[in-house]
Amino acid sequence: MNQKNKFREQIPQISEEQITLLERLSNAVSVSGDEGAVRKIVLEEVKPFADSLEIDAMGNVLVTRKTDVENPLRVMVAAHMDEVGFMLVNDDGDGLYRFEIVGGIDERQLVGKSVLVGSDLVPGVIGAKPIHFTNADELKSKIGLDSLRIDIGPGGSKKVKVGDRAGFATKFKQVGPSLMGKALDDRLGVATLIEFVKNPPKNVELLAAFTVQEELGLRGARTAAYRLKPDVAFVIDSTPAMDLPVWDEEENVRYNVHTDAGPAIYMMDAATLSDPRLIRLLVETGDLLEIPYQFRQPGRGGTDAGAIHKQHGGIPTVSISIPGRYAHSAVMVARLDDWKNGVALVHAAIQRLNRDLFTQER
Amino acid sequence: MKSLIKKLVETVGPSGYELKVREVVRTEVESFADEIRVDAMGNLIVRKGEKKGKGKRIMLSAHMDEIGIMVTHVDKNGFARFTTIGGVHPRTLYGSRVRFLDGTIGVIGGERQDNSGSLYKMEQLFIDVGADSPEDCPVKTGDVAAFERPFEDLGNRLISKAMDDRVCVAILIEALKQMQDNDHEVYFVFSTQEEVGLRGATAAAYSIDPDLGISVDVTLTGDTPRGVTMDVVLGKGPAVKVRDSGMLADPRVIDLMVRTAKAKDIPHQMEILLGGSTDAKAMQISRAGMPAGCVSVPCRYVHSPSEMVDIRDVENAVKLIKAIVSGPIDF
Repeated sequence: MNQKNKFREQIPQISEEQITLLERLSNAVSVSGDEGAVRKIVLEEVKPFADSLEIDAMGNVLVTRKTDVENPLRVMVAAHMDEVGFMLVNDDGDGLYRFEIVGGIDERQLVGKSVLVGSDLVPGVIGAKPIHFTNADELKSKIGLDSLRIDIGPGGSKKVKVGDRAGFATKFKQVGPSLMGKALDDRLGVATLIEFVKNPPKNVELLAAFTVQEELGLRGARTAAYRLKPDVAFVIDSTPAMDLPVWDEEENVRYNVHTDAGPAIYMMDAATLSDPRLIRLLVETGDLLEIPYQFRQPGRGGTDAGAIHKQHGGIPTVSISIPGRYAHSAVMVARLDDWKNGVALVHAAIQRLNRDLFTQER
Repeated sequence: MKSLIKKLVETVGPSGYELKVREVVRTEVESFADEIRVDAMGNLIVRKGEKKGKGKRIMLSAHMDEIGIMVTHVDKNGFARFTTIGGVHPRTLYGSRVRFLDGTIGVIGGERQDNSGSLYKMEQLFIDVGADSPEDCPVKTGDVAAFERPFEDLGNRLISKAMDDRVCVAILIEALKQMQDNDHEVYFVFSTQEEVGLRGATAAAYSIDPDLGISVDVTLTGDTPRGVTMDVVLGKGPAVKVRDSGMLADPRVIDLMVRTAKAKDIPHQMEILLGGSTDAKAMQISRAGMPAGCVSVPCRYVHSPSEMVDIRDVENAVKLIKAIVSGPIDF
């Protein structure tokens, strides 16, 4: 019992202050390749705690927290600062801009959404022909990107230019047990990692990597892992929950990830076969401390782990995601308890890490 | 050599879970190695010799992993849904058997189809391990399995579910056993996770930092009825890879292989593969790059549960590899 309490005492707590920080992070617009807004918040938060801090050429924020322990394991924890969004590609005049999607977004989800454009966060809307002028045939087909524009009105044009990014304008809300906001993929991870920097596990040297361009192909994590050259890596990300009702009342055999079922441990996605030793560590930690967890359904997708684990001579790596509904849309719905349990699971697992784990072969 | 191949191909080792294959290899190579280690990716790295004079540091790679499946969900009646590891095609699955790491056997079944002539979609297939409920199901989400077929010896031709790439693992083991010390420092890498994207070799090539990289892997053939247009024929010798879809082999390496084969009178053929790639791709672009190439073993029905090779090609591949790492390399 004492040992369990020793682990529990070190786990960072998620309360009002942390939720307020998550709100700021969620509301900030930080589309891949232009992560400055989130980086600014991260720097403010971590600077007072960092033993060393670097912003690399890609824009990753790399923070080290040292330990008194001699010859410690060097543990990288990564969370990506970027989010899916848009880029203006052509000025059609009159405040209308043609745009491209940055990262993976379903075009059908775009019509009618409010967006914020450029560094001045100029309000805009993704408009389409109203129902008054739409005929029955048109109602059946999707409105493709070619037919969509971001409309910021003639007044906004002076503040934006082609090449600027735009993000969804959703404001973060806490509703009962739920967290609702845009870009919780992966601001939940960023908020978690900030707490880790403030309250690092004492047994290891913590290498916190706030990465860029994950949504475009794990680009930031690749250089970050090369630079940090850790002994072991954890990636904290967000995964789609597929727990909406199945209408034919049959068992849903395809999708396993649920909200309210705890953080999701990865075994395999398209980019990584997680290190089995780290899967075991997480599972044993969850069981020991009675922290709920689930397995992320093996299959498609990828996290920063895909880039990290292949750096240098190979780095044992595992990913853990906070589940959320409606991923890569204007709003995600996640659960506060899943976040708290995610923080607890990864932090406690790192506390329990030691070199013995790697004396066994993968 | 056939008994070594049999032992290797009958071991279960899908990508990421190569530990059992690694144990078989380690037992074989231990007494021939100057140094042996297992890295973070699970690669078994065996060094033979030390670089002297005009010698090179050479990385040879054959991958231990095979294609397979991973369980994604066990339903209320004990049927396991699964996803694939590596390039598994649905047409090879229905009625196939799989073996899990713990030995559990399952058969792949499929949902009722409205049109009996159509191909199963992956999500219509499931594994039946003889269970009635999740509680009595011996497998769970995340468990991995490989296809289950006995090894068959037809004389010259051998059949197995995992010729890709265990037959080449056997080739490297044989080459290591027969190799005499010379000026080269040769790393025999029994690599992991090739089938999911050359991941093991990527890490191994970085840590070894060789002067020359050669993979040993299977390739397709063009010698079956109305087969693909390709000059490679089973039994006509190991193939010197010129290109595949991931690598243009270094002309100096191609030349080295061809010259060596001619000098030693080893039958060989040239390979131009339109789709697919090997560990050599990862080696070629590692760090600042290196000359890289591939010795291929012709193989029919690749990525099906019945891959066929010719033992003479296998034996000649051993001779060719051994000769390459025994002679001078002047580039």
